[in-house]
Amino acid sequence: MLRKTAAALLLLALTGASTGCARTTPDSAAASSSRGPVTVWLSNNAQEVAWGEKWIAEWNAKHPRERIKAQKIPAGKTSEEALSASIVAGNSACLVFNTSPASVPQFQKQAGLVPLDGFPGAEEYITARTGERAAQYRSEDGKFYQLPWKSNPVMILYNKKLFAKAGLDPEHPKLSTYEDFLASSRKLVRSGAAKAAIWPAPSSEFFQSWFDFYPSFIAETGGRQLVEDGKPRFDTPEGRRVVRFWRGLYRERLAQQELFPGDSMAAGKAAMTAAGPWAVAAYKDSIDWGVVPVPTSRGVPASKTHTFSDEKSVSMFSACENRATAWDVLRFATSKRQDGALLDETGQMPMRPDLLKTYEGWFEKNPGYRKFADQADRIVEVPGVAGSVDLWQALRDRWTASVVFGRERPEPALRDASEKVSELLDEY
Amino acid sequence: MSLPLISPASGGGSPSPGTAGRGVSPGGGPRGGLRGRPRGGGTRGARSPLGALFVTPYALFLVVVFAVPLGYTVWMSFHRFYFTAPGTEVDAPWVGLRNYQDVFTDPVVLRSFLNIAVFLVINIPLTVVLSLVLASALNSRVPLRSFFRAAYYLPYITASVALVAVWGYLFGTDGLLNHLLGGLAPDPSWLVNSVLAMPVVAVFVTWTNLGFFVMLYLAALQSVPRELYEAAGVDGAGRVRTFMAVTVPGVRHATTLVTVLAVIKGSNLFTEPYLLTGGGGPDHASASPVLILYQKGIEQAHPDFAAALGVVLVLVVVTLSLIARRLTERKGA
Repeated sequence: MLRKTAAALLLLALTGASTGCARTTPDSAAASSSRGPVTVWLSNNAQEVAWGEKWIAEWNAKHPRERIKAQKIPAGKTSEEALSASIVAGNSACLVFNTSPASVPQFQKQAGLVPLDGFPGAEEYITARTGERAAQYRSEDGKFYQLPWKSNPVMILYNKKLFAKAGLDPEHPKLSTYEDFLASSRKLVRSGAAKAAIWPAPSSEFFQSWFDFYPSFIAETGGRQLVEDGKPRFDTPEGRRVVRFWRGLYRERLAQQELFPGDSMAAGKAAMTAAGPWAVAAYKDSIDWGVVPVPTSRGVPASKTHTFSDEKSVSMFSACENRATAWDVLRFATSKRQDGALLDETGQMPMRPDLLKTYEGWFEKNPGYRKFADQADRIVEVPGVAGSVDLWQALRDRWTASVVFGRERPEPALRDASEKVSELLDEY
Repeated sequence: MSLPLISPASGGGSPSPGTAGRGVSPGGGPRGGLRGRPRGGGTRGARSPLGALFVTPYALFLVVVFAVPLGYTVWMSFHRFYFTAPGTEVDAPWVGLRNYQDVFTDPVVLRSFLNIAVFLVINIPLTVVLSLVLASALNSRVPLRSFFRAAYYLPYITASVALVAVWGYLFGTDGLLNHLLGGLAPDPSWLVNSVLAMPVVAVFVTWTNLGFFVMLYLAALQSVPRELYEAAGVDGAGRVRTFMAVTVPGVRHATTLVTVLAVIKGSNLFTEPYLLTGGGGPDHASASPVLILYQKGIEQAHPDFAAALGVVLVLVVVTLSLIARRLTERKGA
């Protein structure tokens, strides 16, 4: 009898456990008009958190029945992993202010995102706020699953002190053409001013190409995406010039093959880094920095150079129960005034056209950021296609094997990567 | 004078034809473990309703934490599957062996299994030999014995992240070792050298886990009767001969345990390449199957592929463990 009781207890406990763990996505129709408390996740960037705390306090003071509860995105190797796990667990925040456009197709496939187009005036709001660039953030079904929020146009930040030490002009460094960039790099390393001229991560994570190959490719092609019209576009003369340029940096040990544990430029080991304005906060108290556009083979003028956006969007997740409030919060947090506060607190570029005029006073006080603001008008996004992560991984695997470690020739490796990406695009 | 064949089993090792082999173990229990347990006892236990009730929480734990996920993993490995938000209805079509085919044709996966083979070839002999030798030394009356026991155990209980930082300092391009070696330092350096990265990881893991295995051997050495050493001494055996003829056979079961555990730990390698070589670098030269499983399943959102890889890994580990057990136990047969 007791044996049967034990078995029944076991079954009951299992049922209880499974029921207790189970969550369901809120009914879409009811949630879209529902109001009440919402949760917001912010990145772990200290400046962004400070910005978030201010506007959230402001909102909460005015909306006691629709309070915002904010926290940093749960820890993970990347935010994307934590967000993907939260979708599966059904405990995502209503709004996440750090969604990578490359992950949006995957989150969509997981039924984790709410299309914003369903809210009254949403499409008009997004396109008006973002300008022509908004088109790059539409998903393949034509909807907006993300609000393009802020960009960090990738440029070359350099350490003026190390340039001077190497005998280079720190105010007018010769870094615009591949030839000049290599010559300056040689001087930096061979003079002993720096261990590496530039030290991007040599590891195989799919997203690392956004800080070496992709900005160079975009600059060299005058603003082409990796994939266009469903086809890979990087096995081209421009793409081959880019891989040869980077291979030269690694072959001559001007870039290091070892992963640096931390920020190589902040540590004084590298004289340059490819980064957006977010990095300025890390350098401004310790490094006298300068910034130039990403180099190209012929030296495109700064006013015409395109680069990778390193953009982050705000997305609404399907676990959100009070979506009407969440949409209002999203508009409030991306208003012109809050965007100005974001710029002031973080130095990152709100996704608004013509930043220099819109926030003229701020740029007068902070002239170091003007080049980033100018560059922000010519940014290119990752392709918003299904299987995006797989495509980048295919490219990265070949990149590390050929460009970083020289185990194979870069041009055939680029061709292999293109064929693999083509297969993946067909598969998806 | 040659040493007479003394069965180590008389001191608690494997059963032997000798009288002692049928005796009681040092702990006083019946020899032979579960195989030697009277059947009636087991049956009586199973029939006890109170016993069943006591077992329920652990049974529940096993079912929820092991059986269900394992069964689900096998199911996933035969379907096209991806994780979705709760309550979302998606197709998960049966794909037969497609995921397994993908696993076996993925060059990165194949490389990771080769890496693990290199790892095990270095790690297991080093682990067994070093831990047995160290345990034997620490079992004798040496000065500062307690200090050395604690010192060897310390890396095992220290956080991997801290140990990795130390090894990064030792084996980095600008590390201590390269400074000492000067012109003899490898180029590219240890952790970015596709030939040397995995051996460095293997040595690192051997070092971090050594304390645990030394403890296992120390426990086993307590059960080797002193009389055997005295007899060996009377017969004029030297230290090496005594070690080979008394100690090694006397701790055979511990050797089996150490080997099997080393195989399992090695096959589950994740943290060390993840931290030490920047995620299995250079260019996947130190990637392990578990690392690939994580990358495919979590980073790249292909849980079906990861499930198939997990099933293959389980089968490989079980096979290697059985082989290790057979080899280590056959030596004393």
